[in-house]
Amino acid sequence: MEQYAVEMLHITKRFPGIIANDDITLQLRKGEIHALLGENGAGKSTLMSVLFGLYTPDEGEICINGHPAKIKNPNDANALGIGMVHQHFKLVECFTVLDNIILGVEPVDKLTFLQKKQARDKIMEMSEKWGLHVNPDALISDITVGMQQRTEILKMLYRENDILIFDEPTAVLTPQEIDELMQIMKNLAAEGKSILFITHKLNEIMAVADRCSVLRKGKYIGTVDIKDTNKAELSRMMVGRDVKFAVDKAPAQPGEEILRVENMTVASRQHSNNAVKNVSFSVRRGEIVCIAGIDGNGQSELVFGITGLEPLAGGKLFLKGKNITRMPIRQRSISGMSHIPEDRHKHGLVLDYTLEDNMVLQRYFERQFTKKGFLRRGNIRQYAEKLIDQYDVRSGQGPVTAARSMSGGNQQKAIVAREIDKDPELLVAVQPTRGLDVGAIEYIHQQIVAQRDAGKAVLLVSLELDEVMNVSDRILVMYEGEIVGEFDPKQVTVEELGLYMAGAKRQTAAEETNDETVKE
Amino acid sequence: MALPAIALFIAAIFFAVKKKNECWKWFAAGVAVQYITTLINTGKDELAGLISGTKADAVTALTGEQWTTCTVVIVLAGIIMLLCRYPRYEASQTLIASLLCVLGGLVIGYIVLLVIEPSGAFEAIQTILENFLTYSKPKSQMKYLGQTLVRTAPLLMCALSVLFAYKVGMFNIGAAGQYVAGACAALFFGLYFKAPWWVCVLAAMAAGAFLGVISGALKTFCNVNVVISGIMLNWITLYITNMVLSMDGVKNPMSPYTIQLRGVNPNGLLPQMDLHTLFGNEKSVTIAIPLAVIMAIVVWVVLNKTKFGYELKATGYNFHAAKYSGMKEKRNIILTMAISGALAGMGAALLYLTGIEEWETTISSVPGMDFNGIAVAFLGGLSPIGSILSAFFIQHITLGGSYVDTTYYCAQISSLISSLIIFLCAFVGFIRFAMQNRIRKRDEAMAMRKDMAAKGGSDT
Repeated sequence: MEQYAVEMLHITKRFPGIIANDDITLQLRKGEIHALLGENGAGKSTLMSVLFGLYTPDEGEICINGHPAKIKNPNDANALGIGMVHQHFKLVECFTVLDNIILGVEPVDKLTFLQKKQARDKIMEMSEKWGLHVNPDALISDITVGMQQRTEILKMLYRENDILIFDEPTAVLTPQEIDELMQIMKNLAAEGKSILFITHKLNEIMAVADRCSVLRKGKYIGTVDIKDTNKAELSRMMVGRDVKFAVDKAPAQPGEEILRVENMTVASRQHSNNAVKNVSFSVRRGEIVCIAGIDGNGQSELVFGITGLEPLAGGKLFLKGKNITRMPIRQRSISGMSHIPEDRHKHGLVLDYTLEDNMVLQRYFERQFTKKGFLRRGNIRQYAEKLIDQYDVRSGQGPVTAARSMSGGNQQKAIVAREIDKDPELLVAVQPTRGLDVGAIEYIHQQIVAQRDAGKAVLLVSLELDEVMNVSDRILVMYEGEIVGEFDPKQVTVEELGLYMAGAKRQTAAEETNDETVKE
Repeated sequence: MALPAIALFIAAIFFAVKKKNECWKWFAAGVAVQYITTLINTGKDELAGLISGTKADAVTALTGEQWTTCTVVIVLAGIIMLLCRYPRYEASQTLIASLLCVLGGLVIGYIVLLVIEPSGAFEAIQTILENFLTYSKPKSQMKYLGQTLVRTAPLLMCALSVLFAYKVGMFNIGAAGQYVAGACAALFFGLYFKAPWWVCVLAAMAAGAFLGVISGALKTFCNVNVVISGIMLNWITLYITNMVLSMDGVKNPMSPYTIQLRGVNPNGLLPQMDLHTLFGNEKSVTIAIPLAVIMAIVVWVVLNKTKFGYELKATGYNFHAAKYSGMKEKRNIILTMAISGALAGMGAALLYLTGIEEWETTISSVPGMDFNGIAVAFLGGLSPIGSILSAFFIQHITLGGSYVDTTYYCAQISSLISSLIIFLCAFVGFIRFAMQNRIRKRDEAMAMRKDMAAKGGSDT
């Protein structure tokens, strides 16, 4: 019997000016979970695109189940039993879950009428078996990211793929969903499926993977057995130096109140209920307040309300004591509010603009960039170059690179640079490290802490408990649109937070005040 | 006769696109064949004359028509090959793609004509390409060139209208209605109120803008697709226009047309500024032509150089990001449609205020000006400056089509051939995409070779 489900031998793939994969060998055993670890731009995605038939390698060969295979397009890959969950899901938004799963392999009768019943039964059965809970009739645009991902997994299973590629599957999930996914992956592997797991989260690798291959800057560094290694070694392999996991920071010295939220209520776009219900809190100068919670508990809407993207259904907002409840977005921005948005492609960037045009997205109207209605291109270029230099934003052609062609990490860095350089009073950062590698996360955390130390108020929304615990000075837990608890990160455990996030516990008003007094 | 030469030119272009070094040979061969066949065609006498005489005889030995075709094809092929040397510039890519489309349209049109009636096919294509050059006297040529230009101006305005909206992410098919509204307002103000020309132009722009605002507002507040509302409004506007322009004092009681502006309100005509003297005293040549070109430049400047253009394009590319950065995204969309509508409306004014034609109040279909405008915008690579050239070309072949000999072909053939060429123009984007892909692949191959060489070097 063949030992390997996939063997990629000495793969080399070149792009103009860069060798994305340089002599990389990857061997995936049958029934194992094999992690592929590397920073952004290390060549993981290129390697997987080669395996999936999106690119042809310049050198090297691929063997599937011991047989040499020529994979020219994703259909070939599919025929060989290779399925992939892409980082950005490939789902038709206006189709139902069921339609998406059967898309391309629709069961039909003799007259080519769709046989959805049959497909539905099969999907429900699979869904039960693997614990992949989905509502087959819900529209993709209406369901959570977690359910979208389960749809993608079902898509692979429905096609009876044996080799499953997960491209950074946890980047968008909540801690609970991540645990579920890990369990699902283990079950799948136990059933004989071979799994390639692309990630840069070491905890997850330690938790589920059997072996791990590491790439760095397009080169193959090595493959290790997880049971013989530890996080420090893996991160050293990945980054090429030692990485600090804890964020260095001095104790917070909160000053006066910058943002005050009073009884804020925001309507939901998904359902008739309010997404944010009667929430009150404040953020002071020199502290990082973190909103923790499972995705979809109103954090996005809370931020939309604060930044002005959604109108408030009730309540008041104050920035430095000034009522900004009805202030337009531009005015809020000028009054000192910066916003690192949750979805960098949707809100953060105009992808078809160049990097320099994106760098001035919040300030293009200022005197230094516009004179009598005409853009001052020279100044924009200079400013963009300054930011690129200062924040180490890497791109192919510098300021004139199309934002679309940049890597996710560098896109995020560009946004962070733009928002921080605006010198805000209040920085609202929503999942600023989503989908980034260890090096970039470390960097962005440092920047956020530096902002705090420079006397800014920071409101951080994060789904990652590590981030919540490491970066914040004060934690607010949101559950179903309400703040159910307030904690000091030094005095609370991850498990305790988890209970609040899941809605199993909540502080009463008395407890909250009690907690406050204890802190004082 | 000229067929083998054209085949060789196509081969030359093919090689120009595929391999840069081979093309000149084929090109030279094509010129030679063209030259020789022409000589043979023109008969022994001239040939004898050539052998005995000077080279200048050879040039005169070409008949006028053959000379034109020959020149057009040579110039086209030459430009394409020249551009192929600089494949990396966006402008050059667009031009190559546009020219290839034009060429493709001509070839397909030629084939269609061949199928219908082979004997007159080549002549017909020649006629379409020649347009005003079919007249032998230079003065008539200039006169009809003038007429072509007069009709180019409104076409260019329609193209600007379409591309302006397109850059902001909307497909303004309603430019047709906005154009009709412009015609209505311009003629009504000119004929009924006897207003001076600039009032008529402004009224036309306002009418077009008004329709644009309706589409834009429907889009922002009710999320109605601009294409749908545009098409609906086209028809509503058409019949309102027919109704308004049928009023007493506007419509000529003897015919379905409106009264001639020249007769009742000469002030309503666009001023000529003596431009008409350049074009054989063609009366309809007015400042409309330079005005349209100026508008093209203005549109280019607004889109590329101003804060306003930056905001509009950002809104078009990413509505959400525009909102996030505090732009008034809804206002921007409505404003864009207003400007787009004003451009189309102005286009109508630039045609009907020249006195070249009157509005036919019984017309039951929207004038094709706007739909051609879409083709012009795309053929011009969605650039205002490129649109100037493509507008002229499209108008040129459209009018050229009307000269096709109707003894061989039915009257509709002219429109058929022009529309075939216009249809092919829609492939500009596709060809550019293919070219970029090719360049990317070639770069990869180059990088690979370099890398191999470097590796080989380090090994030894």
